[in-house]
Amino acid sequence: MELFLCALVLILAGGSLGLVLRGRTGRLAGPLGILAGSGLGLVAVLRLLARQEYPRLDLAWGLPVGSFSLGFDPLTLLFLLPCFGLGLACPLYGLGALAHEPERKVRSHWFFFSLLVAGLALVAVARDGFCFLLAWEVMSLSPFFLVSFADEKLEVREAAWTYLVASHLGVLALVAMFAWLAGAAGSTHFDALAWAAPQLAHTWPLFLLALAGFGAKAGLAPLHVWLPEAHPAAPSHVSAFMSGALITAGMYGVARILVLLGPGPAWWGGLLLGLGLLSALLGLAQGLAQGQMKRLLAYSSVENAGIVFLGLGAAHLAARGGLAPAALLAAAGALLHVLNHALFKGLLFLGAGAVLHGAGTVEISSLGGLLKRMPRTGALFLAGTAALAALPPFNGFFSELLIYLGLGQAGMGLRSAGSLAAWGGMAGLALAGGLALAALAKAFGLAFLGEPRTPAATRAHDPGRAELAAMLLLALGCAGMGLAAPWLVTVLAPAAAQVAHLPGMAALDAARDAQSLLRTVLVAALPLPVLGLFLWALRRRLLAGRPVGSSPTWDCGYARPAATMQYGPASFADPLASALGPASGIQHDLARPQGLFPRRAWHRVAAPDLVLDAVFRPAFGAALWAAEHLKWLQHGRIPLYVLSILAALVAVLAWVLA
Amino acid sequence: MSGLDALLTPLARLVLALALAPLLLGVVNRTEALVAGRRGKPLLQVYFDVAKLLRKGAVFSTTTTWAFGLGPTLGLAATAAALLLVPQGGLPGPVSFSGDFILLAYLLAAGRLATLLSALDTGSSFEGMGASREAAFAALAEPALFLALAALAAHRGGLSLHAMLAGSAPGDLAALEPAPALAALSLFVVLLAENCRIPVDDPTTHLELTMVHEVMVLDHGGPDLGLIEYAAALKLWLYCALVAGVLLPSLPGGLWPDTLAVLAVILGLGVAVGLVESAMARLRLNRVPQLLTWAAALSALALILKVWEAGS
Repeated sequence: MELFLCALVLILAGGSLGLVLRGRTGRLAGPLGILAGSGLGLVAVLRLLARQEYPRLDLAWGLPVGSFSLGFDPLTLLFLLPCFGLGLACPLYGLGALAHEPERKVRSHWFFFSLLVAGLALVAVARDGFCFLLAWEVMSLSPFFLVSFADEKLEVREAAWTYLVASHLGVLALVAMFAWLAGAAGSTHFDALAWAAPQLAHTWPLFLLALAGFGAKAGLAPLHVWLPEAHPAAPSHVSAFMSGALITAGMYGVARILVLLGPGPAWWGGLLLGLGLLSALLGLAQGLAQGQMKRLLAYSSVENAGIVFLGLGAAHLAARGGLAPAALLAAAGALLHVLNHALFKGLLFLGAGAVLHGAGTVEISSLGGLLKRMPRTGALFLAGTAALAALPPFNGFFSELLIYLGLGQAGMGLRSAGSLAAWGGMAGLALAGGLALAALAKAFGLAFLGEPRTPAATRAHDPGRAELAAMLLLALGCAGMGLAAPWLVTVLAPAAAQVAHLPGMAALDAARDAQSLLRTVLVAALPLPVLGLFLWALRRRLLAGRPVGSSPTWDCGYARPAATMQYGPASFADPLASALGPASGIQHDLARPQGLFPRRAWHRVAAPDLVLDAVFRPAFGAALWAAEHLKWLQHGRIPLYVLSILAALVAVLAWVLA
Repeated sequence: MSGLDALLTPLARLVLALALAPLLLGVVNRTEALVAGRRGKPLLQVYFDVAKLLRKGAVFSTTTTWAFGLGPTLGLAATAAALLLVPQGGLPGPVSFSGDFILLAYLLAAGRLATLLSALDTGSSFEGMGASREAAFAALAEPALFLALAALAAHRGGLSLHAMLAGSAPGDLAALEPAPALAALSLFVVLLAENCRIPVDDPTTHLELTMVHEVMVLDHGGPDLGLIEYAAALKLWLYCALVAGVLLPSLPGGLWPDTLAVLAVILGLGVAVGLVESAMARLRLNRVPQLLTWAAALSALALILKVWEAGS
């Protein structure tokens, strides 16, 4: 506990000192403080995980409500890992990336970054509803200042506003939920809430409120609308942290509520599974259609949040059906996917940042041929791509495998609707896998391979050492977590058992089975890299000493190929987009060339967010319209205000008395 | 069967698969030729082609990078690694565990990503077009494959390929079980799509604009192309072995009869592929997703039947 508190103090001290100090030290104090604090925090978390110790801390505080209570349990420790892990990589990247930005901006940037990291860590350890909401608010507010770093651009300011509104609508639901629960329990402490919740007549409204509040943070469709706006606008190391660590706060929240409310009815699992599936498929259908790399990655975060919720839902369904092993597999898969996603999405966002820095844009239609010009970034980005596409033996495969296995066992063990839900989840996950592969082949293949489509892409170059080191760290994490998967499943078992309300012994047995299974899987996946290397060597050997020529790419004998003739992002996505129909949200703006001497013709392809356009924009438009028409109430005459207050009081009094 | 046999027989069948896979392509070609009234290429033509290509030099496009080599090498490695998991003739594959079909699907996906990236590495619009179509069809074939295997898992009560494909129980045929038949049909459609056969793709077309798989490997030559052709043959064998596992009734035993039976069914499926190719024209590209959705729907129907049966 002391080590953890030291880490928090270091992080906050770094950020605040950076605000006070000037010059080079002022620039460095923030990131170095966060780096050191995150490293220390990681050590603290790993020690507690290894010893299976769960210390608690209750301090007096001067506020009339709530209490300052912190505590650890398996779930908390697990969710601290992405926070501190990306707290190591992202500031390292930012150190290099922000080196040439104005000092005033950089210092306040690191201050808010330290608030974000510390707030996120506090959310995970808070053991009191009030304390939790305070930490949540700190964690939710600071990204607003981080996203709006380039605040001279209109779209950045708008994206920051979208983020702020979305996250505060979520907080509204959370405040309502905690107030309701605390009213029943008579205290805001989590222990009291957990004691009171099972005695409530209805817990489902609490569950739905939590799902709305936390789902909005996690990027669960249809509340995901802030992700594709905020991620592209933010500096890349902030996008990486937000996508890898910040959204896990929402997943943590749902997991925590499942623990607090006690074993709920089976339909909760079905709802989680269905929303997860919707999120995974909608995220991919829309992501596939995007032409901008960071937007594509943001939608992929929506997809991965969906996979996590799908796993949680399957675990809940299986646990209520009495299938402890299946529940453990699905829950462990979901939790492992949280960690995996932090690693590979962090890596990919940093990679996209390197592209933005090196080529000046992340519009895929302006890129191409980057692998020759940014070889290191390209190789690291490819590793992240393979991990995100869940290809063995990278880490993403093992978490998805666990979820698949949980779904399969639930499908075989459950009856009627539960069984169909599990099998449907499996088919949906398979479709998501295929779509993810297509989307990633597009992101890597069109940006890094082929010929550069613009002069800017021709001049692209690798970023500096700090940025490359940050990406290498995460890529090694992706490979290492894949190799360590059999061991990790036993580390995750206590947290998985907690989420799915499994008895300790059953969970332990299931975890042991899962461990031996994953060992077999790892051995079975190894022929791929081994054979691949062998064939690579064979190919070199065969070609050595033989005539090897080079020539331009064969284009059916066409004499003047141009780089812009290459298949672009919109054309690549077209077969799938037309098969998926309106779900991809692709909009064509086509003006055909007309007449013998056509003047202007264009074909613009855009893919705006479906939910934002169909639901949120009209809703906010209606709210604005209502506000316009209620303006006459706000006339500025004090006596009339007092009169209306009096009228309201009398009305309430009459209502109460009647 | 003794312990050593239990280990050696799957390995022996794996070696048999590695050796005979090009012959399967020969059988498909010969069937088409016979139906069309031609004599056709020699049955062993694919062996000759691969041997010739492996002896050649190569020409690489100036656009390409090291990613160009991923397709031939990782593509073949992934298919071969996936073949390790496939049970042939009622015996488990050399590696078998609960959930091995997921590894199989994702190994094939790894090979596909490598092929897609090699195609995109050339910067050719034709190869980009092929890659985009391949990615689309493969993504839509994925749920059909998983649903078919899920239906078999629910039918046989096991999540390993060995359990799903252990040969139909003797009662199945008598009871006219619909689930395995529907799953087999669905798997056969996936086979046609994943191996780029008519009605999804025409492997013998000469127009780049209409190709899917062949256009992705236009710029590969020499040993690279040899590896790709061999990987294609292995992949066809792999899918045929999956379908054969559903169709083949479990035999009373005996190593040789079993082995001969599975070979006969796999080569018979090769004839079936040839007959489909002779009898059908390829579908319009925008009709292919409908075909794959139908395949998924058939499997879903099989699965619902099984779940309903278990519930009643």
